[in-house]
Amino acid sequence: MKARVHVSLKSGVLDPQGKAIGNALASLGFTGVGEVRQGKLIEIEIEGSDRAAARAKVEKMCQELLANPVIENYAIELE
Amino acid sequence: MKAAVVIFPGSNRERDVCAALKRASGKEPDIVWHRDSELPQADLIVLPGGFAYGDYLRCGAMAAHSPVMREVKARAAKGVPVLGICNGFQVLTEAGMLPGALLANRTLSFVCRDVHLRVETSQTIFTCGYEAGQAIRVPVAHGEGNYTADKATLDRLEGEGLVAFRYCSPSGELTDADNVNGSARAIAGVFNDTRTVLGLMPHPENSTDPLLGCTDGQGLFDGIVSALQ
Repeated sequence: MKARVHVSLKSGVLDPQGKAIGNALASLGFTGVGEVRQGKLIEIEIEGSDRAAARAKVEKMCQELLANPVIENYAIELE
Repeated sequence: MKAAVVIFPGSNRERDVCAALKRASGKEPDIVWHRDSELPQADLIVLPGGFAYGDYLRCGAMAAHSPVMREVKARAAKGVPVLGICNGFQVLTEAGMLPGALLANRTLSFVCRDVHLRVETSQTIFTCGYEAGQAIRVPVAHGEGNYTADKATLDRLEGEGLVAFRYCSPSGELTDADNVNGSARAIAGVFNDTRTVLGLMPHPENSTDPLLGCTDGQGLFDGIVSALQ
């Protein structure tokens, strides 16, 4: 099954890339745009069909590597 | 003093730091490949600058989990000094050996120029070659050097004298204009709790060759050699 991990910066952490994207949107003429923040999507194929085990495994991946807990949050979706 | 310099795929400043270490100690450091699970005997372990693993995922994230890092952590726990420069500093934060994290520079640009650093304390093996409050000139070359940590951690670092260097003016003043990347409290480098691990974003090893016009960085390496004698 496929696990999709969304990694994003914690709120309050400066996101200069998000800011740059917001500025670019403004210069493209988009009005009414507020804060923009950029994150990451990591997709992982997990073998087996035990959803609970898969989720636990991906949780561990997030804690150990995929997200930096000092500055990032993560959210896991299992298909 | 014998040093070991650990390299990852994408490290690129190991030769510069070896030259600075050789100048200070008279001995050629050992170069250790990241996949080695053993480290030679070393009085100092150095993680050099560069782009380990291409900075993929996050700077230093994957390097922090290299086989060699298990041994680096074990040695650090026994009190062997560890020096992380630039990418090396990023690896140390990702490995949990130093607090905080390094974010993208607030200007979003890669900054490659000389800056001045205020030495915050001379009471460590790394900074005993300087005086507290002294301003030194060293180059930076990074896109993700913006040091961040939560308020409690920053307060603790300051309260316990664990801030090593701050970005400053040539005369040692702290101004926002001199904060080259937006780091919290203008922090350029920090120590661990025992002051035996130092991480800093600037490159002192590139301020050691008289040919290049400035040798302010040599004091860091000379200081380590004299402290470990």
